[in-house]
Amino acid sequence: MTLFYGTELASRLMLGTAQYPSPEILSDAVRRAGAGVVTVSLRREAAGSRAGQAFWTLIRELDVPVLPNTAGCHTVREAVTTAQMAREVFGTDWIKLEVIGESDTLQPDMFALVEAARILTEDGFRVFPYMTEDLVGAERLLRAGCEVLMPWGAPIGSGKGLNNLFGLRALRAHFPDVPMVVDAGIGVPSHAAQAMELGYDAVLINTAVAKAGNPAEMARAFAMAVEAGRMAYIADPMEERDMAVPSTPVIGQAVL
Amino acid sequence: MVAQTAIPHGTGPSVLVRGAGVSGLTAAVTLAERGARVSVHECGGRVGWGASWKAGGMLAPWCEAESATPEVTAQSLASLDWWDAHVPGVDRNGTLVLAPPRDVREIMRFARRTSHFSTIGEGEIAQMEPDLADRFSRALFFAGEGHVNPRDALNALAARVVELGGSLRFNVPVDAGTAGYDWVVDCTGIAARDRMTDMRGVRGEMLLLRCPDVTLHRPVRMLHPRIPIYVVPRAGHVYMVGATMIESENAGPMTLRSMVEMLGAVYALHPAFGEAEILETGTGLRPSYPDNMPAVRRQGRHIHINGMYRHGFLLSPVRAAEAADIVFGES
Repeated sequence: MTLFYGTELASRLMLGTAQYPSPEILSDAVRRAGAGVVTVSLRREAAGSRAGQAFWTLIRELDVPVLPNTAGCHTVREAVTTAQMAREVFGTDWIKLEVIGESDTLQPDMFALVEAARILTEDGFRVFPYMTEDLVGAERLLRAGCEVLMPWGAPIGSGKGLNNLFGLRALRAHFPDVPMVVDAGIGVPSHAAQAMELGYDAVLINTAVAKAGNPAEMARAFAMAVEAGRMAYIADPMEERDMAVPSTPVIGQAVL
Repeated sequence: MVAQTAIPHGTGPSVLVRGAGVSGLTAAVTLAERGARVSVHECGGRVGWGASWKAGGMLAPWCEAESATPEVTAQSLASLDWWDAHVPGVDRNGTLVLAPPRDVREIMRFARRTSHFSTIGEGEIAQMEPDLADRFSRALFFAGEGHVNPRDALNALAARVVELGGSLRFNVPVDAGTAGYDWVVDCTGIAARDRMTDMRGVRGEMLLLRCPDVTLHRPVRMLHPRIPIYVVPRAGHVYMVGATMIESENAGPMTLRSMVEMLGAVYALHPAFGEAEILETGTGLRPSYPDNMPAVRRQGRHIHINGMYRHGFLLSPVRAAEAADIVFGES
């Protein structure tokens, strides 16, 4: 059982809610995915006027735990303000913290992330930080009060899968007891299965489902991959070897 | 009373159309053509007080299949002919879909999701749009599509309503009475939001540029993973650039980031746009239902045509016909 800030989720697949062809298709996808959590972004220009209210109501009606995010924030202050607004709108102290440091790769700014995580944790938030697979950064985030880590697989929306397998393995091995979610960069279900096989506790997908030709069908495919990957991890996969090992035993064969 | 005095004389059913945007005016013309006595009431001071004024006016059933359901394409195939028959100035030069060299894969995705196009290379692009020569190596050409200038088209429809014996009144209070009419057709777009509980606004942003240095003959959609734009040519080297899709009901002015991104994309289409004058920036809310599909709904003698989303010009003729079928008992 994996607990995210004391809560067990119904599924290890987290689904983003942006970019779907329509709210109706989004709702189908969430259902078919059996998503454990849906993430939603509060665009900053909507702040104050509550302009996203109609869409947020649709999200709340999905009846799946909501993890609001600070997508699009580039500074500590923006991220903190957005998180505070999200807490009010969705009535949750969970926040997926994104502080973007570089606009081409949308790479997280680890320094600002740690700072924002500290401020928000002190303010009572339960922070899910979107981070690179940096070990030292992970250590700092945990020290800042995070109890969940969300390393990227690859840049957001790139669909490249797990870009740094070594780094993700190392991160998993260094913090075996911290719930960890691979967030961003996953393109196809096999990428999600791979993350789960590495021992990650969940994956977060948005673009790969939303921009598929048939989002609901793709959501189901991801759900199956996540389940398969998790099951394989628990079943303890065999080791990779450099030589063949015949699957049929040769000992005891008739010698002619 | 406003309502009674405005009913034109005659024998057909009397219909009050509320709203003089694209769905109201297409409904008014369609109903009047079938013999209804039509009065159009608009709360604003001119036609297209809402989202229609800021539309691209693209009549692109095949391109829309990239993100819309197959029904949108199927239902809008006759749309181009309807507009051609009802307003002057419908261009039928097709649509060009292209992408910057780095994002050529976006073209492959667009091609997989759409149909009725031909893939063209540098030579043909240069022939069709000489100003884009040597800038793009591959494009999709949707020959069967067209576009219309929304503002001219709305004015033409308004004139047609009057020609057919109907009447138009502007600055009519939204709570004005509807007594005395056989039917009320409500086409008030996002203004109906309080009455239609499942409606939401989807924010869009657009720019009007004048750029004598660039000549385009057809709408150009430039694909990009983050900032896809379309550029629709109007008369006099004016270009309409759109349009963002934001799940927000904030109809306030455009943000700097949106404008920078859109202008950057236009500049990438052709550097000469750097000298363009920015004539207008606009934002608006597209009235949208959860399936993003325009719908005709009936409540007694009230018919609602709404939820046009981004398909106002594309789907309003067919929705107008559906509403008329109800009024004339043919549905």
